[in-house]
This record gives sequence, structure tokens and C-alpha cells, in this order.
Amino acid sequence: MISLAAEQHANLHRLAPELHLCLFGILVMIVDPFVRPQNRRVLGWLGFIGAILAIFPAIHVAMENRGMAYNNLINTDSFSIFMHVVIIGTAALVILGSLDYLDGEGLQRGEYYALVLFAAAGMGILAGANELVTAFIGLEMSSISTYVLAGFRRRSPASNEASLKYFLLGSFATAFFLYGIAMVYGATGTTQIDRVQAALEDALNAQGHLPPLAILGLGLMFVGLGFKVVVAPFQIYGPDVYEGAPTPVTALLASAPKAATFALMIRIFYVSFGSAAGFWFWAIWICAVLSMFIGNLAALVQTNVKRMLAYSSIAHAGYILVAFAASTVFGITAVLFYLAAYVLMKAGAFLVVAHLGQKGEKRLEIQDYAGLGSKQPVLAACFSLFMLSLLGLPATAGFLGKFLAFQAALDGRDPRFVWLVVIAAINSVIGAYYYLRVIVAMYFWKPNKDYVPAKVAPALTAALFVAAAGTLYLGIFPARVLGFAKAAADSLLLR
Amino acid sequence: MGTQPHLLTVVTFLPLLSVAALLLLRAEDHVWMRRIALAASLAEFAVSLLLVRGFDAAEPRYQFEEFHPWIGQAIHYHLGVDGISLFLVILTTFLTPLAILCSWQSIQEGVKGFFISLLVIETALIGCFVSLDLFLFFVFFELTLIPMYFIIGIWGHDRRIYAALKFVLYTMLGSMLMLVAIVWLYNIAGTFDYPEILGKLQSGAVLLAPRTELLLFGAFFLAFAIKVPLFPLHTWLPDAHTEAPTAGSVILAGVMLKLGTYGILRFCVPLFPGAAHRMAPAIAVLAIIGIVYGALVATVQHDLKRLVAYTSVSHLGLVVLGIFAFSTVSIQGAIYQMLNHGVSTGALFLAVGMLYDRRHTHEIKEFGGLATPMPVLMSFFLFICLSSLALPLLNGFVGEFLILIGTFEHHHAWAAWATSGAVLSAVYLLWAYQRVALGEVTVEKNRALPDASTRERVILVTMALVILFMGIASPLFTSRMEVSTNNILLQMQRPQSASRPAAAPGTVAEAAVKERRVQQ
Repeated sequence: MISLAAEQHANLHRLAPELHLCLFGILVMIVDPFVRPQNRRVLGWLGFIGAILAIFPAIHVAMENRGMAYNNLINTDSFSIFMHVVIIGTAALVILGSLDYLDGEGLQRGEYYALVLFAAAGMGILAGANELVTAFIGLEMSSISTYVLAGFRRRSPASNEASLKYFLLGSFATAFFLYGIAMVYGATGTTQIDRVQAALEDALNAQGHLPPLAILGLGLMFVGLGFKVVVAPFQIYGPDVYEGAPTPVTALLASAPKAATFALMIRIFYVSFGSAAGFWFWAIWICAVLSMFIGNLAALVQTNVKRMLAYSSIAHAGYILVAFAASTVFGITAVLFYLAAYVLMKAGAFLVVAHLGQKGEKRLEIQDYAGLGSKQPVLAACFSLFMLSLLGLPATAGFLGKFLAFQAALDGRDPRFVWLVVIAAINSVIGAYYYLRVIVAMYFWKPNKDYVPAKVAPALTAALFVAAAGTLYLGIFPARVLGFAKAAADSLLLR
Repeated sequence: MGTQPHLLTVVTFLPLLSVAALLLLRAEDHVWMRRIALAASLAEFAVSLLLVRGFDAAEPRYQFEEFHPWIGQAIHYHLGVDGISLFLVILTTFLTPLAILCSWQSIQEGVKGFFISLLVIETALIGCFVSLDLFLFFVFFELTLIPMYFIIGIWGHDRRIYAALKFVLYTMLGSMLMLVAIVWLYNIAGTFDYPEILGKLQSGAVLLAPRTELLLFGAFFLAFAIKVPLFPLHTWLPDAHTEAPTAGSVILAGVMLKLGTYGILRFCVPLFPGAAHRMAPAIAVLAIIGIVYGALVATVQHDLKRLVAYTSVSHLGLVVLGIFAFSTVSIQGAIYQMLNHGVSTGALFLAVGMLYDRRHTHEIKEFGGLATPMPVLMSFFLFICLSSLALPLLNGFVGEFLILIGTFEHHHAWAAWATSGAVLSAVYLLWAYQRVALGEVTVEKNRALPDASTRERVILVTMALVILFMGIASPLFTSRMEVSTNNILLQMQRPQSASRPAAAPGTVAEAAVKERRVQQ
């Protein structure tokens, strides 16, 4: 009995970040009716505190209570904990950046914060799942929350379109994922990620090849997950959804779910299907090249900054896939570091766009950024930093992420990777054009006289400061975070 | 070395410290910003001279070395100078105060941002010259881009945005491929530390297949050749120069282009000698085309600044030729010519900038007979032109002469073609001078132009003195370069290619590596 209680306790402990997030989400909903409409900002702060508090149990588990929970359904290893910190940190950043936006739009409501917390909880499960159906539940939890969030500007047709599109195509993709799970179960008799690995290796040893059904299952799962991380050729919906969703929600959509889904992809591809690396290598290679070219070339011709950043996030998924293709511990390390860097700069950039959009998100064109450097020097400097980091300029997080990705890909001295990396390098130069164009507008163009953006409120200032400081920190002193990423990658592959 | 353990770090980051001081000033305090920027850059120059004082000309290894772990096991904060980089650092710290001084009046808007950009460039450029870790070098190499992008894009002339973007995209294309090559090299050698990689290549511990070597050489060379710029990759240069403000042109031509030639000499040639030898004839042909083509195009320019920009294509072609002639004399000449070009072309741009401040145009036909209203400025202009066309006793002569005789030793035809460049430089510079300064005043407005002000005289006199000093006292410079130049040639030797035992190069490099290990 005692051991059972101890096990229960350990289970709860290992799921504590998600429990915290859900509890605070529910708390926000309960408090909501008792708060006067004009005081609803309080709910945002409550959500923010909830997110911050959820990081601590994650760190606590990292220090003393790693292991499997609930009969091997959840695996809280260093990998999962690294992703938890990234995801929950992003959620906290987005909540902080949303407070003033929602005030401005007249949308200040408790549900918003509750949904962000539920989405974060879903993503946490996604990152920690050791079982495919559990992963599916996490995926649904985060997806459904974000479907609603994407349509949060109820009176805006674009927002409704985004929500509906995201919902319809998202459900379609989820179905693919579910089919994939079923096939894998059929082929191996289990849905547990590490057991699938063992079953496939046995099959390989016994028959000399992998069961075709399992490969088919992997392909279907890849379609579903590729949709969620928005890589080409599954990217079509991405820019529309990102553009239509309220901008702080876009900040969340473009960063945290991508990170969480990549985490699950790593688990499935590297652990379960590690023995099938030969099969999936070319799929990843082609998707990486397509994503980089489609993302960058389409971003070149955008005049709407929000949409441009949406395409740029497709390109970045491509760079991440370059590291992903490496299929080594180093590859995972690079992916994890890239994700940490990416969420900071991308969320930061979208939060700036959210502020400059002003009421009704009318100011999203590049002309609206003209002369921002003289109107709001600090904000412009901050945005420039995010742009330069996305571009991959040294001394920023983005550069180091890209550098590690290249290094991981070339690590095996495999000629297949040389072209991939050269293509990535050329794409970085294509990307430079449109990131720099935003800086051109902010500093080189004559200020737009009839448009004076509002001052940046303290909460948003804090959020931007954290994102900017993090971008610089990861760019100049990456050793510490890199160490965590390495430990996380080790925990996944070296048992 | 032991006495000033962090001197290089101080020299590199001192300008950045003054940026912090500038940030604290209010945006309207233009006067104080100029004063602080000037004082900071002069202090930086003074500190950098300590390097010359402490420099031991007989020492073949890097001096003032600093070595700290930075990221992981492979990436280090590794600084050091030798006879090649020493004077390029001094050139940078020497030109920056002049660039600040020449912007005293001409920059009236966004003063703060302008001086901050200049000082950040100074840090990045010095960082490039003193980095001995490929990763660190790349970081500084890329960091030079963005401030220069702002200087051209914000304070430039009419087509500034086009020119600034073109400049960045060209350079970035080369540097991204170089990044791939750096990572590839790391995978082969297991480190980013430049002396260590070189030591491994020299001792034969790491062997490059000829094809790999050629590809790596190509990636490095492309990045640097764009920066030089070598024909046919030069097209960004006239635009960038014509549109940049004077200070931007001075730094761009004076120092930034040297990153290309320095990179070729420091990295391309010693790391990949086999490929360098194989490609030398082709590169020499491009360099010679650059020399002649640059000179011819300069001759027909009607825009004075564009003319000066094309002289860079021509002069730096000569430097590249000197490097790829692979003789001690020609390489020494190439290094010296890098400094000369920095001083002479910097001075030319400063003088052209002074004309622009008066008339707000670079069109040669808008000038004419300027020697009448401003004799002092025009005398100095002539002096600078003569330095640039390599008149004996002035600085340009020494460098060109060394390159030509060094090249002539093995390649008569190359030297013959290159000499035509020297002749043509007399044509375009003297003809331009004649049209600008001599004869009757052709445009009425020019009659009343003021002669050089005190500030401008300070700039011009400083430049003239340095030009003369470098022409007469060249042994002071070349003696400090000699050991390092020989070192480059030693570094190019590889065990399998040398018939005699490769004791000399191997031991030097290995001793250096061991020495550093002991120091840790």
C-alpha cells in the first residue's frame, strides 16, 4: 500500500507542471464571473502567475524526480523538462504581451488566459508523452485551445476565417496522425514509444526488413505532425491562419506548438523509428528544402509584415529540419537549442507587430513601419534585434541556432548533407533581404506623419525585454543552455 | 607579452565602451557626442600604439595572445597579432578618428546613431584582424556588415537604400558559404582554433583530399573575393562608395576592403596551399583584369567619387596579384600596399568629401579651376593623388614596387600586365586632378568657395605626414612584417609536397600549439 501511495505521489509530481497549468486555467474561469469587466486584467496576471509557477515544478522534477509516470504513459526525462521550460516560458511571455492588446481590442476576457494555459498543458503532455495515444490527447488539447484562440477576435472576418480553416484542416491532419497510430499498433502490437522501437528492431532482426505497415504508419504520422509544425508541403494553411489570428495568439501559434510538436516528432522518429532512419531521411530532406525555399521566396514578396513573419516561420521550420535530418545526439541538441532561440525571437517579433497593429490590427503593412526608428527608438531597436536574429546575424540566438544546425548536419561528413547545408546557407541570404527590408523601413524611410503608434505599456515592455535579453544571451553566452540541450538529447537516446 | 595580458581585448572592445557613454547622452547633445566620439577614438589610437611598442619583430608566433574557452570544447576566445595584423589594427584605429573628424559638420541628423555605428564598426574590424578562432572571426566578420549598412542606408545619398542592400546581400552570400566551409573544416580538424587547425594540416595529422581542399578554398575565397572586391565580383563597390557618406567611404575603402585581402592571406592561402597553387593562375588573370579594367573604367567616370571607387578595384587587384605570386617580396609588398591603399584612398575620399561638403555634388564637370579659390585644399589633393599613383618617395611607390619585383621573379607576364595598371593610374588621377583643379574657374559658383578650414587642415596635414612617413620610413614597417611573411610561406608547405624533411614549418606551428597548451 505504501509503495502504491509513493508511486501515486511520484506520478502526480511528474505531471505537476500540467496540473498547475490546468488548475490555474480553471481558477481563472472560476474567478472570471466575480470580477468586474473593467478589472479583468487581474485574470491575465493570475494566468501569468500560474504559468510562472508551473515552471518551478518542472525544474523541481528535473532535479529529483525524473522517470516514467502512470505506467509509462508519461516520460519526464531531461528532454521533456527542457521542452516544458520552453513551452511554459513562451506561454508566460505571450500572456504578458497580450494584456494590453486585449484591452485595446476590448476583448479582455478570462477565457483567453485559461485557453492559453490549457494549450500549454496540452503541449506539455505532447512533449512528455511516451505513448502515442497520450500524445494524441496532448495534441488535441493544445489544438482545440488554439482553434478557439485563433478566432478570438469574433467580429473580425479574418479571425473567423483563420479559426475555421485551422479547425477544419487541423482536424484533418489529426485524423492522419490517428490513422498512423493505428497502423503502428497493427504492425507492432503496442503504442508505447520505446516498445515500438524494440518491436521494430526485433522485426528487423527476424525478417531483415521493417514491417511495411509500420512504415506506412510513420508516413501518416509525419503528415499529421508536419501539418502541426507547418513544414512544406503541408504549409498552405499556415500564413492565412497566422495572419488572421489575433497577433499575440499568432505569437503563441508560431512558437510553442511548433516546439512541442517537434519534440514529439523527435521522440517518434529518433526513438521509435530510429532503425528506419534510412526511410525517413529523404522525406525530411525534401521537406526541409521545400520549406526553406517556399517560406523564404514567398516571404520576399509580402508587404504585410505579419504575413511575412508567417512565411518566415515556415522557412525556420526548414532550418530546424536540417538539424533534424542529422539523426544524431548532436542533431537533437541543435534542434532543441534552435527551438529555444526560435520561440524567443519569433514570439518577440510578433508581440512587436501586435503592438504596432494598433486597434483593429490596421497597421500591419510595411509602410506603417516607416520611420519607427525615430518615433520609438527603443521599440525599433528591439524589433531590429529580432529581425537580425531571425536573419542569423552573429551575436544573436538565431545565428547560433543556425550554426549548430549546420554543424550537426555536417557532423557525419555525409555528402547528402553538404547540399542540404549549402541550400540552407543560400536561403539565409534570401531571407536576409526581407528581414533587412523591415529595418530599411524603420530607419531609412521618411516617417509616416499621420500615424503615431501608442506608447509601449509596462507589461509589454517587460515581455519584450525578456525576449530581447534572451535572444542576446543565447547568442553570446550559449554554453549553459547548450549544456541543458545536450543533457536533454542524451537522456533521450542514451539509456 | 606577460606585462599586458589583456591589451588586445582592451583594444578590441574600447570603442564599444564609448558607445555606452554615447548612449547615455541626450539626443540633442551633438557637440558633446562629437567630442566624446573623437576623444574615445583618439584614446583608442593611443592604446593601440602600445601594441607596436610591445611588439617583438623577431618573434614568429602570435603575440599578445589571449586564449579562453567560450562555447563548448571547440570554440575559443582566441586573440593574437602578428606582423600582418598589427598594422591593419593600427590602420583601423588611425582612420576612425579622421572619419569622425570629417563628419563633424556634414552629419547633422541622427548624430548619435552615426557615431555609434562608426565605433561598433571599429570594434568589429579590429576583432576580425585579431581573431585566431575561425568562429570568432566569422562573428566579427558578419558584425561589420550591419553598422555599415546603417551608415550607407541612413546617412548616404540618393540611391542609398539600393546600395546598402546590395552591399549586404553580396557580402552575405559569400560569408554564408564560408560559414559552411568553416563548419566542414571543423568536422575534419575537430576544432575552430586557427593555429591548431593549421598545425594539424601541416603535421599531416589531418589530410584534405584535393577535391575537398578545392571546395573549401573556393568557399573561403569567394567570401573574401567579394569583399576585396575581385573582378567580376566588384559591382557592389562603386554603388556603395558613391552613396555612402564620406566617413563610410573612408572606413569602407580604408579598412573594410582589407578584410578581403587579409582573409585571403591569413586563411585561404595557408590553410589550402594546394588549391591556392592550382588556382593561382586563374586568380592572377582575374586580378590583372581587375587592375586594367578598374583603371580604364576609372578613367571615363564623370563622378569623382565613383572614380576613386574604381581605383580601389584596380589597386586591390594588385594586392591580390602580389599574394598569389607567392614570393616573400611580393607578399610583403601586398601587405604594405594594403596599408598604403588604406591611407591614400582614405585620404582621397576625405578630400572628395570636403569638395562635396562645399558643393553637394561629385560631378567633375561641376568643378574646374578649383586651385584658384582654394589653393591649400587643392595642393593637398594633388599630394594625395601622387601618393595614390605611386610616386617615388611617397608610400604607394614602396608597395607597388615590392609587389611588381616580387611578381617579376617568377611571372614576367603578370608583372608586365600589372605595370600597365601603374601607368593607367597616373592617367586617370592626373587627368581628374587637371579637370578639377587646374585652368580657369568654369562654374561661377566655385569662385567664392572657402579654402580648407582648420579642422580640414588638421585632417589633410595628418594624412600628408603619414603618406610621407610611410614612403620614407618603410623599413620601420617592413621589418616588423618580415618574419610573419616568411611564416605564411612556411605555413604553405605540406609534408607530402616538400622533398626535404618538413622540420621547419612543422616545428614552428607545433611549438606554438604546445606553448599555448602549457600556458593554460
